[in-house]
Amino acid sequence: MNATSSPELKEIEPEVRKGIDECVDRWKDKEGNLIMILHEIQNQHGYVPREASLLLAEKTGVPMARIYEVITFYHYFRLVPQGKHNVTVCNGTACYLKGAGRLLNAFERKLKIKDGETSNDRLFHLETVRCIGCCGMSPALVIDKNTLGKMVPENIEKIVDDILKTEQTNEN
Amino acid sequence: MIKHNTVKATINGMAVEVPFGTSILEAARSVQVNIPVLCKHKDLLPTAACGLCIVKVSGNRKLPRACATALEDGMEITTHDTELTEVRRTTLELILSNHPNACLTCGRNGSCELQTMAGEFGIRQDDIPRYVRDLEPDCSSGSIVMDFTKCIKCGRCIQVCQQMQNVWALSFLDRGINTRMAPAGDISLNESPCIRCGQCSAHCPTGAIVENDETAAVWEELRDPDKYCTVQIAPSVRVALGEEFGHAPGTDVTGKIYTALRRLGFKAVFDTNFSADLTIIEEASEFLERFAHGNGELPLITSCCPAWVDYMEKRFSDFVPNFSTAKSPQQMLGVLAKTYFAEKSGIDPASIIQVSIMPCTAKKYELERTDEMYASGYKDVDISLTTRELARMIKQSGVDFNRLPDGEADSILGTYSGAGLIFGSTGGVMEAALRTAYFKVTGKNLEKEAINLHAVRGMKGIRGAAIDIEGTEVRVAVAHGLANVEALLKEVREARDSGGPIPYHFIEVMACPGGCIGGGGQPYGVSDEVRLQRIKGLFDGDESMALRFSHENPDIKKLYDDYLGEPLGEKAHSLLHAHYKPRPAYQR
Repeated sequence: MNATSSPELKEIEPEVRKGIDECVDRWKDKEGNLIMILHEIQNQHGYVPREASLLLAEKTGVPMARIYEVITFYHYFRLVPQGKHNVTVCNGTACYLKGAGRLLNAFERKLKIKDGETSNDRLFHLETVRCIGCCGMSPALVIDKNTLGKMVPENIEKIVDDILKTEQTNEN
Repeated sequence: MIKHNTVKATINGMAVEVPFGTSILEAARSVQVNIPVLCKHKDLLPTAACGLCIVKVSGNRKLPRACATALEDGMEITTHDTELTEVRRTTLELILSNHPNACLTCGRNGSCELQTMAGEFGIRQDDIPRYVRDLEPDCSSGSIVMDFTKCIKCGRCIQVCQQMQNVWALSFLDRGINTRMAPAGDISLNESPCIRCGQCSAHCPTGAIVENDETAAVWEELRDPDKYCTVQIAPSVRVALGEEFGHAPGTDVTGKIYTALRRLGFKAVFDTNFSADLTIIEEASEFLERFAHGNGELPLITSCCPAWVDYMEKRFSDFVPNFSTAKSPQQMLGVLAKTYFAEKSGIDPASIIQVSIMPCTAKKYELERTDEMYASGYKDVDISLTTRELARMIKQSGVDFNRLPDGEADSILGTYSGAGLIFGSTGGVMEAALRTAYFKVTGKNLEKEAINLHAVRGMKGIRGAAIDIEGTEVRVAVAHGLANVEALLKEVREARDSGGPIPYHFIEVMACPGGCIGGGGQPYGVSDEVRLQRIKGLFDGDESMALRFSHENPDIKKLYDDYLGEPLGEKAHSLLHAHYKPRPAYQR
């Protein structure tokens, strides 16, 4: 199909364009290339920017509609940038039974964002996943690659405050 | 192994023999058995989404879906028994548990496939806790309204938008319970590549996608004593509206529609067939100007379909110079109602309301497409209703449609030829234009059977033909259903870019399969069978008429003599022509 024309509404930054150009050229003639290209874009930016998708549609001839079907089908791909600190609350069966919901609520209250959202200052991103494989220490969560187990809602306040404190120290 | 062309099996004990590859669903229909289904549509491939068409196959413990399972030799199929009905009922109850209980205020109340099936299955309980996502409807397009909460995820609209129309405005986003049909990313339909053809609404089994109902606005105008309400009906409406009142598809109910419109309160009733004749005069003149005198790009491409215009502007804007500048019949009639008719009858054009009855949802968009749609100094056509909306108004009004006497249109903008009538069918615009072009070149009319240009008729997606006009070959092509357009335009583009001879001189495109008779605003239940019946209705009408050439329409001649002057002349140009420009497919 014919490529959808990319609108001039948002200027695509030259290095983004260059990155995508190279990536598309590398994968151009290979089957199943869309997912591989999306992987590379996400590795580069931490998410798949809309402008990147528009450019990708133009260059590969894959309609935007199809690109977004793929992005939204796989939990792995993101459409919004993550935060500097990423909170993943496990909501697998064991954690769910042991009160993952209460942990999530505590984060939502403290950070004033909902599951799947990023705070306005991009400092925190909050999400839930099905299982992180640490059922023995449920309910569990992961913050910035550190897994914390046997959590109770009362822990959350301090966890967030500690991060904020570190951020402030760094700033000063 | 011997390859059989047919397979033999039994369905509910009845022997069936069907072509190899026939689905169990289709095979059952051949022995008058209807298996319940919500996702499979006759126009579309099976998606096996709804789970209602399960059947039993002897020796198989599973319950395969009849829509997506081919009948095989020796199969013994059971389509209906107590157990199957119970499983289906449970499936239906599960679907209903994700569907708002809002039938009474839904645009599909009375025509909804889900509602009908719930009725047939005698669903009397509502025990499963309801989960319906909280999503706002998308009313941004002005042509169609999408209410995601009513979607049963059958996938028809997606297949229509992506495969049948090649528009790719809609996609299935997310997965599982969160799946929804929407444009890519969080954008509205109006910001998407949607061309408002409305085929999604014509195929949706529920009220998830419906036309933007503007009947209330029309009633308001009709009630206003200071307004002079006028109306026009498109060619295709007359061979489809009858379906809403129990007639077979293709039944011509023109006379009853005229009477019904007067009873609704319209003071003047015009016919879009008249302005179709006018479009032909302008477009055929434009074609000869380009073809014989070299003034302008070839091929000339028809532009009377607003969904196609939008598609071209978004996707094939290098063809802008090829587009006919002649306005669509809807817009030509509108501008004349507020200029020529207003002058002739001494009515203040500011008080005139012009309503159009169209088979189409995109016509609503065309009303404000460019400033040229205000050529009369007012909005040329104020409100455009679909055939379905007109049916609703007639039913509301208490008019007993089937017993109405036949009426007449108002002659000044109401007389039409058979050529204007066939405008509603794929190939019809081409045929009508060629009849007039032939006359303009040779000075004489095609005669008898030669009037019927069979080469451009039919339902094939792309049809090419070479027409001989006294030794000069005119190569024409017709495409309908937008998925067919790309190949055709690519052929033209390649020839143009390589400097080779152009493959065609004149191309007709209609966005909807079958042309306007299969438009997105027509009565529900469309299939190729229905399309062919409606087309036959138009061509039978054409054949029965004494007047079969647009250029012989006496009211058209009078219009040029008394008012417009020459075709393509100054006045004609300012009132009857429009222009095109590239537009982005995505606004963000």
